Amino acid sequence: MSDTSLRTPLRPLSRILPARARGENTDQIEKDNIRKRHEQDREMGRATAQSRIILVGLIFVCLYLIIAVRVAALSASEASEPRTYTAGSSIVEQRRDIVDRKGRILATNMNTYSLYVEVPHLVDPVGTAKALADVFPDLDQERLIKDFTGKRKFLWIKKKLSPEQKQAAHDIGDPGLRFGPREMRLYPNGKLAAHVMGGASFGKEGVAAAEVIGVAGVEKTFDQALRDPSLSGKPLQLSLDLSVQAAMEQVLYGGMKLMNAKGAAGVLMDVHTGEVISIVSLPDFDPNQRPHPPVEGHPDDSPLFNRSVQGVYELGSTFKIFAVAQAMDLGLIDPETMIDTKGPIKWGRFRINDFHNYGNQLTASKVIEKSSNIGTARIAQMIGTDRQQEFLRKLGLLDPIEFEMIEASGGKPLLPPKWSDLSTMTISYGHGLSTTPLHLAAGYAAIANGGHKVTPTLIKTSTPTLGPRVMSENTARQSVDMLRRVVTEGTASLGNVEGYAVAGKTGTADKPDPRGKYYKDKVIATFATIFPADEPKYALVVTLDEPTDTTGPEPRRTAGWTAVPVAAEVISRVAPLLGLRPRIESQESAAISQSE
Amino acid sequence: MTEMVYGSISVERGEPILPKWWRTIDKVTMFSIILLFCIGLLLGFAASPPLAEKNGLAPFHYVERQVLFGGMAIFTMIIMSMMSPKLVRRLAVIGFVISFIGLVLLPYFGTDFGKGAVRWYRLGFASLQPSEFLKPGFIVVTAWLMAAAQEINGPPGRMWSFFLAVTVAIFLALQPDFGQACLIIFGWGVVYFVAGAPLPLLVGMATMVVGGGTIAYQWSEHFARRIDGFLSPEIDPRTQLGYATNAIQEGGFFGVGVGEGQVKWSLPDAHTDFIIAVAAEEYGFVLVSAIIAIYAAIVLSSFIRLMRERDPFIRLAGTGLVSMFGVQAVINMGVAVRLLPAKGMTLPFVSYGGSSLIAGGIAIGMLLAFTRVRPQRDISDILSGRKI
Repeated sequence: MSDTSLRTPLRPLSRILPARARGENTDQIEKDNIRKRHEQDREMGRATAQSRIILVGLIFVCLYLIIAVRVAALSASEASEPRTYTAGSSIVEQRRDIVDRKGRILATNMNTYSLYVEVPHLVDPVGTAKALADVFPDLDQERLIKDFTGKRKFLWIKKKLSPEQKQAAHDIGDPGLRFGPREMRLYPNGKLAAHVMGGASFGKEGVAAAEVIGVAGVEKTFDQALRDPSLSGKPLQLSLDLSVQAAMEQVLYGGMKLMNAKGAAGVLMDVHTGEVISIVSLPDFDPNQRPHPPVEGHPDDSPLFNRSVQGVYELGSTFKIFAVAQAMDLGLIDPETMIDTKGPIKWGRFRINDFHNYGNQLTASKVIEKSSNIGTARIAQMIGTDRQQEFLRKLGLLDPIEFEMIEASGGKPLLPPKWSDLSTMTISYGHGLSTTPLHLAAGYAAIANGGHKVTPTLIKTSTPTLGPRVMSENTARQSVDMLRRVVTEGTASLGNVEGYAVAGKTGTADKPDPRGKYYKDKVIATFATIFPADEPKYALVVTLDEPTDTTGPEPRRTAGWTAVPVAAEVISRVAPLLGLRPRIESQESAAISQSE
Repeated sequence: MTEMVYGSISVERGEPILPKWWRTIDKVTMFSIILLFCIGLLLGFAASPPLAEKNGLAPFHYVERQVLFGGMAIFTMIIMSMMSPKLVRRLAVIGFVISFIGLVLLPYFGTDFGKGAVRWYRLGFASLQPSEFLKPGFIVVTAWLMAAAQEINGPPGRMWSFFLAVTVAIFLALQPDFGQACLIIFGWGVVYFVAGAPLPLLVGMATMVVGGGTIAYQWSEHFARRIDGFLSPEIDPRTQLGYATNAIQEGGFFGVGVGEGQVKWSLPDAHTDFIIAVAAEEYGFVLVSAIIAIYAAIVLSSFIRLMRERDPFIRLAGTGLVSMFGVQAVINMGVAVRLLPAKGMTLPFVSYGGSSLIAGGIAIGMLLAFTRVRPQRDISDILSGRKI
């Protein structure tokens, strides 16, 4: 029929009008027309719907394909561990490392585990206790069984485990044995620089982590700074030189044994910056297993005691140079001024004597060279009490040093209760005033650097920091020359190290006994040196506690026989490490030029 | 004898109900749905124990509930599929009205389960999400109105259904549940499209959707955060999306093995919105592609049957229902593979969830009722010899 192709009219007037003319009812025709139109609409709608359903179906197929392809692509790609992509997500330690001046590790952290027990989870408490006692022989089996079967719910077994110990504990296989991650402080060099490091232990402890706190040394001094998260990743750099420290410890240990000393101390300092390159106190300890403080005996005899910064000793004749230098600086004398050395000096019932009788007069230079107590005391009398006190204070010898080791505050110099004129005289040759070897090294460094006060430091500094001037450059120069002659011609002849022009002063002081007198056979032997003398760079103080050289026919205790050879050995070992070039002595070259 | 003699009309007894149902039902769709449900249970065994453990329940608590609700859903589906389209329409309209009232009353009686959107009624043993039941009812009502509008001198059904769609969408957006609101608008759009929407209008509508999305982005923080999360090029791997992506990558083509997956421990919605990630991780691309194929089979099989359908109402309602169903799967999987912004949408019949399962059963039941094979020409048409 044609009416499928032609549009059905809204009203079939061509049929209605004739019908109306015929007088028929047109409703039927209208209804029929509507039905036709309806059918036509439906057909058109159906065709549209059909194509649109196909379209929607195709879209769905595409969507599913896209998803499938996407899943396939993801499946084929490599999985990455979910992790946080924050800036600098490297491993950052809880506590900063400590390194030496060349960046070598002195203290770092290591991941380990602690072992604890959750008693309710133990499957076999008695068997586990026995197995644990086998793995850790220091644990008491009976005690563990009691703990595991008692009312306790939780107990710590070990604070740190080695990997082998952890495996062994793991192999016990009891679910009640738990491991808590720990970051422990590790000193890979063992005993090296033990007193400087001090040590660390756990503070607040939890199952998941524990706080590491410094208990001594720089670990305690810089505890907050080492834990500061804002500085995390940047190591704390000390002025120490690891290889110099190792050499010095080795030599001092050998010297201590050879000289039958009960202790030794050594301080090596850069005279311009005050940086402590090496600081040693023997006997020492391993900061990885810091011993407990002693409960009996004298605390000074404990390995924990730091002779270099805590031990205050009368350092004897090493102090004489300060009196002579001050007198020269004040213009009272010059190196050639004759000093009265006729002895003894009587002061009340006190007498000042020399080791040998040096005759009636010596030049100031010879007073130092021969180490005349009488001569130095006469010079001190010229200076007077107040000026001496002021000079020593300016050098920093009368106050505790503000050093970066927590122990340094204990190294408070012992001053005479009343600084009388007699005190002035005895102090001029190093008796009646006790200081630490570190103080002495700082004092010698001031002479060596041309007269500027030196503040010792353990932190590496790049620029020389000159303190206030304490003596003129000329005085300092003349003092160094005098000290050089002590080695070439005087009491410290064993201290000469070929090529390094060692200058220095010996000091032997009787140790005070507990009754306030002095021991006859116990001394503190000290050698304070500056090298190289023609252009001083380093100051070294070596102190031996109760040395006795028994190689000779009778025991020798003076510094010249004990501390000096040890110090000479130290210099010959460390000077090359410090980059000092040995120089042929000027005298020899003069001799050669004369022979020509 | 009397009947034989007097030639009275012999009553056509008709076919028995079950054989007729079996003969005319869309078996592809029906078995696909049952297969999906079985896959959902299989994945539920893996995905839901972590949640059950967290909530202090028996490990397979959620699987048991899934079996219970799934059984109810499939039963409902079969019963619905046996109904006549007319009965389905009547029930759907009633259901729509009830669930719409439920939707309106949500702010007063509903609960948000601490998730930030009030979408549920607490019913003691279970919770009820009215919007899930609203969707099939809404589609049927829309199709009915559209079909009626096609009649000459019929009501302005297109306009009415449009206002209805907007009203429902606004109520959903207020919860806020932008996903369901979009789904409602989408369903209406598909029905309108198949009903013969003029193309210029469709273009205009698409523009409006984009504009509306922009406004929603600016005005709703909830909405903006999700879009931002999607648009940011470097995904934060600690988000659900990051874990889901990683799980799909871990799974590769053949999966890490049954029960070996890790993602279910990290994803709080592993058993619902991100079930596909669990499937991908444990069974690999093989199972995921199978699931996709099943959804595609349901959609295509239904569309082919609906194409032949001559009744505008059935055609429109069926198309709307199957499109809603299909697009929900697209959205769910598209989110998991990061093709779409994060949107809480369950994977029909696979994800855990009582409301969504039973509502899905109702919707598919209706669809099955509409796609049954039935005579497409009136006998009177054939007798009158009109060429159709």
